[in-house]
Amino acid sequence: MQQILFYILALLAIAFSIATITSRNAMYSVLSLVATFFALAGFYLMLNAEFVAFVHIIVYAGAIMVLFLFVVMMLNLNQSPVNIPRPLLARLAAVVAGGIFGLTLVAALSQTILPTSAESTALAEVGSVRTLGKMLFNEFLLPFELTSVLFIATMVGVVVLTKKEE
Amino acid sequence: MAQIFNIVPLEHFIILSLILFSIGVIGVLLRRNMIVVFMSIELMLNAVNLMAVSFSAHKGDSAGQVFVFFVMVVAAAEVALGLAILVMIYRNVKSIDINELKQLKW
Amino acid sequence: MENLIWLIPTLPLLGFTVLGLGARSLPKGMAAFIGCGMIVAAFLLSVGLAGPIFSGESLSQDLFTWMRGSRWSVNFGFQVDQLSWMMMLVITGVGALIHVYSAGYMHDDERHNYFFAYLNLFVFFMLLLVMGNNYLLLFAGWEGVGLCSYLLIGFWFSNNEYNDAAKKAFVMNRVGDLGFLLGLFLTLTVFGSLNYSELFAEGADLEAYGSTAIFTAITLLFIVGAAGKSAQIPLYTWLPDAMAGPTPVSALIHAATMVTAGIYLVLRSLAFFELAPFTLNVLMWLGLATSIFAATIGLKQNDIKKVLAYSTVSQLGLMFFALGLGAYVAAFFHLVTHAFFKALLFLGAGSVIHGMSGEQDIRKMGALRKVLPVTFIVFLIGTLAIAGIPPFAGFVSKDQILLAAYEHSPVLFALGIGASLLTTFYMFRLLFLVFYGQSRADHHALEHAHESPLSMTLPLGVLAVLSVVGGFLNWPGLMGGNFWLQNYLSPVVKEAEKHHHISHSTEWGLMGLVVALVLATIFLAYQKYISKAAVPAEDANEAGVGKVLNQKYYVDELYDAVFVKPTQALSAWLGRIFDPKILDGLVNGTGTGLVAFSSAIRKIQDGAVGIYLFIFAFGILLLLAFQFLF
Repeated sequence: MQQILFYILALLAIAFSIATITSRNAMYSVLSLVATFFALAGFYLMLNAEFVAFVHIIVYAGAIMVLFLFVVMMLNLNQSPVNIPRPLLARLAAVVAGGIFGLTLVAALSQTILPTSAESTALAEVGSVRTLGKMLFNEFLLPFELTSVLFIATMVGVVVLTKKEE
Repeated sequence: MAQIFNIVPLEHFIILSLILFSIGVIGVLLRRNMIVVFMSIELMLNAVNLMAVSFSAHKGDSAGQVFVFFVMVVAAAEVALGLAILVMIYRNVKSIDINELKQLKW
Repeated sequence: MENLIWLIPTLPLLGFTVLGLGARSLPKGMAAFIGCGMIVAAFLLSVGLAGPIFSGESLSQDLFTWMRGSRWSVNFGFQVDQLSWMMMLVITGVGALIHVYSAGYMHDDERHNYFFAYLNLFVFFMLLLVMGNNYLLLFAGWEGVGLCSYLLIGFWFSNNEYNDAAKKAFVMNRVGDLGFLLGLFLTLTVFGSLNYSELFAEGADLEAYGSTAIFTAITLLFIVGAAGKSAQIPLYTWLPDAMAGPTPVSALIHAATMVTAGIYLVLRSLAFFELAPFTLNVLMWLGLATSIFAATIGLKQNDIKKVLAYSTVSQLGLMFFALGLGAYVAAFFHLVTHAFFKALLFLGAGSVIHGMSGEQDIRKMGALRKVLPVTFIVFLIGTLAIAGIPPFAGFVSKDQILLAAYEHSPVLFALGIGASLLTTFYMFRLLFLVFYGQSRADHHALEHAHESPLSMTLPLGVLAVLSVVGGFLNWPGLMGGNFWLQNYLSPVVKEAEKHHHISHSTEWGLMGLVVALVLATIFLAYQKYISKAAVPAEDANEAGVGKVLNQKYYVDELYDAVFVKPTQALSAWLGRIFDPKILDGLVNGTGTGLVAFSSAIRKIQDGAVGIYLFIFAFGILLLLAFQFLF
């Protein structure tokens, strides 16, 4: 059952991501990307990473994509020439380059010896809120605190950037 | 609980994430619309996240998932700033076509 | 007293510092007083060491560690043994006299104070050379005196010719120094030390370190250095030109002290030389050849100082000859007496030049006996001493060298006498042409001709006395002496084994023969230059052998053609072709190439973000491919 679920989700993720980069309308792109993210959240659940899955939905689908949507609507670029695709040759080049990129990565994978799986008993705990919380506030306390500095800086930066000049 | 990797091998997760990443790369190269380019970058980041979580689950080490949080944080900050810059560019150039952005050489 | 050894070289250094810094502000009298005072004080301090030195001790004083290698170290320290003490006495003693003399001679020179500063610096370096307790310090002094020599030869630097002479001296010395330096490197490599105390320690088995070849190589390299500093073939040509310097400099540096550094070096390294018989042979023939060669040139020189310069080269050759023969004490003895009488002759010549308002050509002198009576007397004494008339100093020392030559082989004896007679001839030619006969000076110079002041005649007097009595330092046993110098030096310098002993009667006979030949030569010179009143021809009118001698065998021209001209041609080529075309071409080519390359690749940087992204992705692709596929 899970096997079938995995391949269906994988198919959906790939299809939506292709839709994201190909659709002429930026609005559809955003919505396709949201769908892709939901598929990804499905994988996270499958991997016993429930907390990551929920945070993923909340942060990406809920916050980041809303921001995208907002900007797309604000700029209202549906009729803009920006949606006219590049010349065929450029498109072909882009696809070939990306394809070779993926092939190289897969080739790299084929040469990699993957480690064997850990004890199954430990796995249930790995993705739990308790484990993640302990880790985040012990080993990764300093980076965690630093992210708040990053956010402050970002907020200030965004405000300064978008503020209309007097 | 059943071990997921007995049903779906780790390689498949990795290949999936590589495919998503490559699609992101293609998107960056293919599109002129800056917003879509941005979204392609988000796609790449998520491909990496998927890989990190897969490895985390595979190895039984939570650190990978903590990393995912940090990636999300950075991505959120990046998107906020990036979109702000994008809005600024639009205000100045009246376009978000990356082909129009040729001022970088000055 | 022994703790004040360091003060001996420090005093002249102090003098140099004070005089050098205060050259513009010090009054001349004060500067002269400081300059002379420092040397006199150094002399007195040296004399103060007499007690322990005479009792056969060797004093040493280490000041600090100068250099430290992984397996060797060199101290900045002094060592005063019998050999270096005698050198110190000559340097500071003759040096002090020449300083006093300079006070008179240089009195009207506007750079008078600098002159004393340089002289003091020279004395400092010379003392360093002889007092150092290791080869490195010797080398430091060696280089330092070379520098001072350069500064003082080119003292009147506004004259381009003098500058060239200074440069020539420096470059020629450089050639020799390179040899010496290589010798030092070899010594350090083979023995792992440069300190005399370790190298020449009592009972040290030098032979354990290397074969005869090693010692031959080291000593030959040392000889290259010594030939440079002591003006031996083939590096002697700088010394005659060095006469461009003020006459006291010629007396101090280019006759009495610096040029004897080569002999000092050989004496210091005797332990090496005795293990290298081949080198001693080289030394012998080199010295003999130089001696005869320079003496023949001296026959036809007309510049009063040039004659003395070639005579110096010749006498130095004689000293090397003696060293090569194994007559070390005789060589050192001749060094000391030569310092006396050659300094005397140079200072006398300086007095003549001073009196004649700067004239140096002996063809324009004559009959100065009456005008410069004191100078005449001391010059006569000096000439008798160098010619080898008993009992003057030169006779005794020369006789011992010739005797050593006779012990070796009569042929060498004959050649040695030949060189000696040539010296006698040209010295008396000089004496007769300058002080006898008719005056050939122009009226202007003659009107102003005057005897030198007391500050100049006093040192002359002292040196004259030394030239007379200097021989008693090593008065031969044959004539009731006890070879004092030989016994005195015995802790440091041991005479080589005598091949076969000469009987007393033979010795007397040889001595008589030498004196008779010398007297005959003097008579010959008298015949020619007083009875016939011959005056040397103008340079242009010389012909045949005379011209070759007058032109110094064209050695300068030879060197010019073999070394200077090709070097200049190479430099010209480098300057005309290599530098502008190839080197500049490389440099400019790098620039223009980069500019061209940049303007080519700047087209890639068109500012279009899309292209950047492409290149970016492509770069990552390449990196990945490189990482994983190869």
